[in-house]
Amino acid sequence: MEKRVVFRSAWLPYALLAPQIAVTVVFFFWPAFQAAWYSFQLQDAFGLTTRFVGLQNFEALFADSYYLASFRTTAIFSLLVAGAGITISLLLATMADRVLRGALAYRSLLIWPYAVAPAVAGVLWAFLFAPSIGIVTYFLRRMGIDWNWIIHGDQAMLLVVIASVWKQISYNFLFFLAGLQSIPRSLIEAAAIDGAGPARRFWTIAFPLLSPTTFFLLVVNIVYAFFDTFGVIDATTQGGPAQETQILVYKVYYDGVKAADLGGSSAQSVILMAIVIVLTALQFRFVERKVQY
Amino acid sequence: MKRVVVALAALFAAPAQAQTQTEIHWWHSMGGALGEKVNDLAGKFNASQKDYKLLPVYKGQYPESMTAAIAAFRAGNAPHILQVFEVGTATMMAAKGAIVPVAKLMTDAGEPFDAKAYLPTVSGYYTDLKGNMLSFPFNSSTALFYINEDALKKAGLPPQAPKTWKEFAAVADKLKAAGQQCVYTTAWPSWVHIENFSAWHNVPIGTKQNGMGGFDTQFTINSPLHVRHVSMLGDMAKKGLFTYAGRTNQGDAKFASGECALFTGSASAQAGIKKAAKFGWSAHFLPYYDDVKGAPQNSIIGGASLWVMGGKKAPEYKGVAKFFAFLSRPEVQMDWHTSTGYVPITLAAYELTRKSGYYEKEPGALVTIQQLTNKAPTENSKGLRFGNYVQGREVIEEEMEAVFAGRKDAKGALDDAVRRGNEILRKFEAATKS
Repeated sequence: MEKRVVFRSAWLPYALLAPQIAVTVVFFFWPAFQAAWYSFQLQDAFGLTTRFVGLQNFEALFADSYYLASFRTTAIFSLLVAGAGITISLLLATMADRVLRGALAYRSLLIWPYAVAPAVAGVLWAFLFAPSIGIVTYFLRRMGIDWNWIIHGDQAMLLVVIASVWKQISYNFLFFLAGLQSIPRSLIEAAAIDGAGPARRFWTIAFPLLSPTTFFLLVVNIVYAFFDTFGVIDATTQGGPAQETQILVYKVYYDGVKAADLGGSSAQSVILMAIVIVLTALQFRFVERKVQY
Repeated sequence: MKRVVVALAALFAAPAQAQTQTEIHWWHSMGGALGEKVNDLAGKFNASQKDYKLLPVYKGQYPESMTAAIAAFRAGNAPHILQVFEVGTATMMAAKGAIVPVAKLMTDAGEPFDAKAYLPTVSGYYTDLKGNMLSFPFNSSTALFYINEDALKKAGLPPQAPKTWKEFAAVADKLKAAGQQCVYTTAWPSWVHIENFSAWHNVPIGTKQNGMGGFDTQFTINSPLHVRHVSMLGDMAKKGLFTYAGRTNQGDAKFASGECALFTGSASAQAGIKKAAKFGWSAHFLPYYDDVKGAPQNSIIGGASLWVMGGKKAPEYKGVAKFFAFLSRPEVQMDWHTSTGYVPITLAAYELTRKSGYYEKEPGALVTIQQLTNKAPTENSKGLRFGNYVQGREVIEEEMEAVFAGRKDAKGALDDAVRRGNEILRKFEAATKS
């Protein structure tokens, strides 16, 4: 029998909810509404003239082949970041979980990069891989690789993926480690007694039991790749060369802030908003079914 | 107790005295040593009179300070003076009501002002068709061609700059054959290889006098000459003769470190090269195609100008006008010119600098002025004025990058640049039509 707590007063529950609702409305709904409103307008930089143009901003976007290519770039980028980020951190967490001596030191070191701001992470990696002076570039050159991400799009993509993944690994690592430690020892020991090797124990016991964590991280990492990697890109490639690393959110920033095209930028953020809503809904609808809680 | 009162009185008296002065806020983008020079200028202006206090504030790089000023204007607290880079000219100019044209400001304030006193290649960039100066030219440079003389000697070549692109190609081949890793690089690809290239060969960048005649302009940078040049750069990139460095001034360091032997970049790069280079180098005119009639013409400026924002009080505008008059003084200009490497904006300042014997010591500074004033500017070499050119230049650079990376041919890329650029121009035209 479910136990329910009922407020006797009619207004008290609403009053208690009000602060949260107010915050959501002011900081989430209001800007979203404004973006939607601006997306139907054409405005000069200083806001001196404003005209209602209907769907023109959207039509212009979908007629632009570079904007369409940006979807593909974003998809590739997000899959790489989420895929590599989750795989590497799962590997690290499994290793760290097996370590007996000095476990705390390993763990602390692995968590460190999370404290680094995305822009700083971007700058760090950009320095290491800088076309003229980077230390990694120096070794790559000696190996006969023509490393210049300023002009080679695939190298630029690789750079922003590395920087973004590096930044996110700590976060994923923490969750995986917690997940691994909450798996009952008795299950693992029973499997070991039955003669299952470490690999088999991992794939038949640990991995399925980690699936809620993996699913959660998949959602978080995709959202991270979509929005939070903005700082990494701005500090390194700025979307170049020739828009090869122009992900959707960076184009929103560029058109809105640097190019002062509010209408076009707002139209893009409306599209982006729709994409994220659909993606998250899809993830919960289909991927979550495979998760074993 | 009494001492406390006196101290308090002193504390309040100081700002009270300052308040009798009219404050003038100036947002600029001059970082580092240039920023110190700006503070120095403001200090001298403040010391020269008592009524106004000029307060310069560094607001980040050009795009950032412009964005900040636009946001401030929307919120109703824009600065009096805003330094805007040359590509933002059309955007500022179209914002009627947000700005006050400099010519009008000077007349209203009753300050002596003669538009003819300014170097035509510099002031022309910021003047409308009726001859009214819209913004005050502040820091102007142009694109130059730099050579590493030691690298040329090592390759068995005379330490002289190739004059034409044909000679340039021959020199580049020899440098490569002599083992030079990076032969040529450039800074500001669109500014050097499209904008200055067009002016230097007297061909239009866009219709309507490069956009100066109206916002209903279209890009014309897919002409056979443009295609020929960009295609040559693409071929050089393929052969390993041209190393692309990026869209801003990343090329400067590649030349100054000795990595690249030939370099095209801003005249303002000289200060940095002088400090860093451990080899013999010199600055020269940009190469040109000698089979193009009338080439070389004159190059165009880059840099920034000072815009006066609207909605301020009359006495404040008087202070701004006084500051501009101060900036125009030959000795102030000469100081700015010789300490920063930017060109002097008035003919009198140039004469004064010449007489001081400065150019014998600094031939690079003279090359800049000679190239800008090589011939009387034509419709194609006065400058350019395209709406939303921050975006427009980006489009051009993206398409150039596609050629340098070998993913597009020059004709296709420049056709796309024109098509995409024109879409931006049409959008700007529609947004500013009232």
